[in-house]
This record gives sequence, C-alpha cells and structure tokens, in this order.
Amino acid sequence: MRAWKKSCRKYRFNCRSRVLFLLPGLIGVSVFVLLPFLDVGKRSFQTAITGEFCGVDNYVTIFHNQAFLLALGNTARFVAVGLPLLLALSLFLACMIDRGIHARWWKAVYLFPMAVPTATVVLIWKLLFHQNGVLNGLINRFGGTAVDWLGSDASFWVLIFSYLWKNTGYTIVLWMAGLHSVPVERKEAARVDGASERQCFFYVVLPELKPMLYTITVLSFLNSFKVFREAYLVAGAYPQQKMYLLQHLFNNWFTNLEMDKMAAAGVCITVVFLVGVIVLQRLWDRKE
Amino acid sequence: MRTKRFLWIVARRVIRKIADGICLCGFAVPVFLPVVMVLCSSVKSEYELSELLSPILSSGTGEINWQFLSLYPTAGHFFQLLFGTPDFFTVFWNSLKIVSLILLGQLVIAVPSAWAFAAFRFRGRGILFLLYIMLMLLPFQVTMLPSYLVLNRLHMLDTHGAVILPAIFSTFPVFLIYRSFAGIPGELLEAARIDGAGEWSIFTRIGVPLGSGGILSALVLGFLDYWNMMEQPLAFLQDKTLWPLSLYLPEIDIRQAGRALAASVITLIPAAFIFAMGQEYLEEGIAASGIKA
Repeated sequence: MRAWKKSCRKYRFNCRSRVLFLLPGLIGVSVFVLLPFLDVGKRSFQTAITGEFCGVDNYVTIFHNQAFLLALGNTARFVAVGLPLLLALSLFLACMIDRGIHARWWKAVYLFPMAVPTATVVLIWKLLFHQNGVLNGLINRFGGTAVDWLGSDASFWVLIFSYLWKNTGYTIVLWMAGLHSVPVERKEAARVDGASERQCFFYVVLPELKPMLYTITVLSFLNSFKVFREAYLVAGAYPQQKMYLLQHLFNNWFTNLEMDKMAAAGVCITVVFLVGVIVLQRLWDRKE
Repeated sequence: MRTKRFLWIVARRVIRKIADGICLCGFAVPVFLPVVMVLCSSVKSEYELSELLSPILSSGTGEINWQFLSLYPTAGHFFQLLFGTPDFFTVFWNSLKIVSLILLGQLVIAVPSAWAFAAFRFRGRGILFLLYIMLMLLPFQVTMLPSYLVLNRLHMLDTHGAVILPAIFSTFPVFLIYRSFAGIPGELLEAARIDGAGEWSIFTRIGVPLGSGGILSALVLGFLDYWNMMEQPLAFLQDKTLWPLSLYLPEIDIRQAGRALAASVITLIPAAFIFAMGQEYLEEGIAASGIKA
C-alpha cells in the first residue's frame, strides 16, 4: 500500500514536471500571439474608435478600398509569377547540383544570399536599378533602350529578381532533400528498362517529388512575404504602383493607426492562408 | 561499331558535365555580384566614389560606368566609421543585443517546449502542435496588430523588449527542434525512466545532446533571420537610437556612399561568419523544415 502511494506520488510529480516543460512557452505564445489574435478577430467586427459592434462593415470597407485592391492584386500577381519561377529555377539547379560533383560547395554558393543582410545590398540595388544605373548602362551598351526600373511598371521585375536572388538557395536545399528520398533502385530499374535520362526524370523522379512540392510551395510562399524588406528599403513606404504589396499597405495602415481595416484584412488573409494550406495538403494527399 | 558507340556515350557524358558546370557558374554570377560590388567599392576613395556615382547623384545624364578595381584602394571609410561615428556603435550594439537575447530566450523557451511535444503523449497534443504550426506559418503583417495591442498594454513599445519578447515565443524553432527530438527512439527514454532517471535529467542528459543538431540549426537560421530583422523594429521602435543595423544602414544618405558601404561590409561580417561556421546546420535546418509534420 505504501509502495503504491509512493509510486503514485512519484507519478504525479512526473506529470507535473512534464507540464513544466511546455508551460512557459505556451503561456508566452498565448499572451503574445494567441489571445491578442482572438482580440483582433473581435475587433474586426467593431468600429475603430468607439468599439461599437458594426457587423461586417469593416470587411465591406476594405473590399471597396482602392489601395487594398491594388495591393491584393499586386501580391497575387507577384506570387503567381514569382513562385513558379522560383520552383522551376531551383529544381533545375538542384538537379544539376545533385548529379554533379562538389554538391556541398555549390549548395553553399547558392545559399550565400541568405546570409547577406538586406541592408548590405540595398545600396547596390539602388545603383543597379537606378535610371542611370549599372543595369541600364549595360542595356545601352548592347543597344537596348533603358528602362526606369524603379519608376515604371518594370519595378515588378525588381521584386521578382530580389525574391529569386534571396530564396533560390533555400529552395534548392529543399528540392535536394526531396531528390535524395527518391529510391535509387527505382531510377536504375527505369534506366535498365531503356528509359532515357529525360523520361527517367519526368516519369520516375518527378512523381516522387510531389509530396515535397507541397511543403516547398508553402515555405516559398511564406518567404515571399519577406520580399517586403528589399522593396521597402529600396523604394520606401510608397513605391511605384506595381510594387505596392499588402505588406506596404499593412505598414501604412499601421502608421496611420487604421486598426479596423487592419483587423478585417488580417482576418481575411489568415482565412485565405489556412484554407490554402489545407486545400494544398488535401490535393497532394489525394494524388499520392 | 561498339567502341564508337561507347565513345559517343562517354563524349555525351563529358559534354553534359561541362554544360552543367557552365550553367551553374553562370547562375552563380548574379548571386555573388551584389556582394562583390559592395566589397570592391567599399575600398574606393571618396573622390573615386563621387566620380563613379555622379550620374546618380547629380541626376544628370549618362550611366554609371562600373569599375570593379580601384586605382587607390583605401581603408579610410572603415577607419572613419569605426573611430569617427559613435552612433554606428550604438546601432551595432543594438543589433547584437537584440539578436543574442532573442536566441537566448528561444533556447530557454523553445527547447523544453519541443521536448514536451516529442517525448510526452498528453491530451490535446495533436491540436496544440497543429496550432503551433499554424502560428509559425502566419506572416508578420498579420500578427503585427495583435502584437502591437499587447505591447501597448504592457507599456513596452519603443523599448527593445517590444522586438525581443514576441520573437522569443516564436513557434518556428519549436517545430525545428521538435524534428530532431522526434528522431530519438522512445525505447531509450523508456529505459532511462525504468532506471529511475527523472524527467529533467532525461531531458538534459539524453534529449539535449542527441538533439543538438536541431538546436544548432534553429540557432543558425534564427541568427541569419534576426540579424536581418526589419519589419518588427520598423513597426515598434520609433526612437532611432534603438534601431538595429538593418534599419540604420539604409538611412545613410547616398552622398555618403563610402560610409554606407563600409557599414554594409561590417554588417555582413557576423552573418557571413555564422554562415561559414554553421553551413551544415543551416542545410539540415532547412531540410528539416521541409519534412511534413
């Protein structure tokens, strides 16, 4: 009986010490993210100043807001162009690195931009993309017409370039992890059966990479939000129209303390986000 | 006939190898070019820089005629920055303080949390972990307003705490470290429990040593990200003396290009150092973040 009591006490102590592992983190997450997030959800149905309940008015307002629609369109366009480009380019490079020699070394080369703080290259971005900058100098020398990279619609491509520059290495490493998970026997079997290198890639390797595609898409999408750093530092809070992303808009709303719009837009983005992740996962799970 | 075919196969392989090499080198040029440009121009003299940048500065005609090599290389800008600009030290120190406190806090908070998820089975574990992943996925712009409301209530706006505290409770390192803890076989922990080891000593003697790869990955990824942190200080720090390097640097006027370039190089050094030391862990960390939960 005594022994039983003792073990019981010990067990309870164990339980309590287990809780202690998670508790500090959980409290912090709740205080700093979770509860305030719920609060914002509530605020999205209230007016900014008086806090009265106003139904879906805030949601209606943002979807009639010119700036919001512009930013939303630009962000969608940026993701629609940038994401496939990034995925294709990095898969292409990952395959080449994977079958070549010095793989470790090449990975380091392409990862290097991750280590370069945005602030370090901002000045160079300005030199490169200025109307009288280095890039236009090159274009002129080869007989093209100069483009005002930061002042015209071409600014969109500056965003894309920054995104690719920063994230290709990251995505290459992810793809290579996927490539390594393809069983060698399967590739060899296909080769023995007379499949060409290209056929082998498209019919054997690519289907195996599908589950990886899901996580890579999600992670690359997340990283696409960080392109704001380059955009903001190079072009400021109100850049050329084509460069005006949701991140700029949130930042400007924040500066003007337009809480109601921020809350409503934040909730919208979160919902789109979660639905997107779940749909993607379902899509890929079904195909597996 | 046979040898001919064999030669053809070999030749094709060699050609492909060479083409691969050329392609990889070709794409590596734009990767390194910006950094090389920073390094090269940071040792140019004031006169040379103003000559070089004149098409931009005077907003006149003509394009920059870029020169990589400088006629009279000088370390003058670095001296001026390090010995003649006290506010640079403030800012550098701010950056260092913010990053090191965040990483320290994450060690204290995230490592035990990750251990709890990996080693224990408790009610609500699945839901809670899913919640952590969701929070990890949300971009800063969405959590900006919630964080602001809390920080405002705690009277922490315009202090370093406003940037440090929310980052400490980031759920990304929890997820990353969890991945390496999850690889530890459960039998090992069970054996330790039967031998009478307490939960804490199991954690410190078995968990931390075996999961050190994941912890280091989280630290390396964290350092590179927080050294580059911009959104949070921009939103929560009004006082410019509190700013980290990543915000201070772009404030330097392009007319003082020498100073800005020297500061750029100095900002790059810690990040490049960590990258060189921890490349292996960085790769592991990235690969681990890609494995489906």
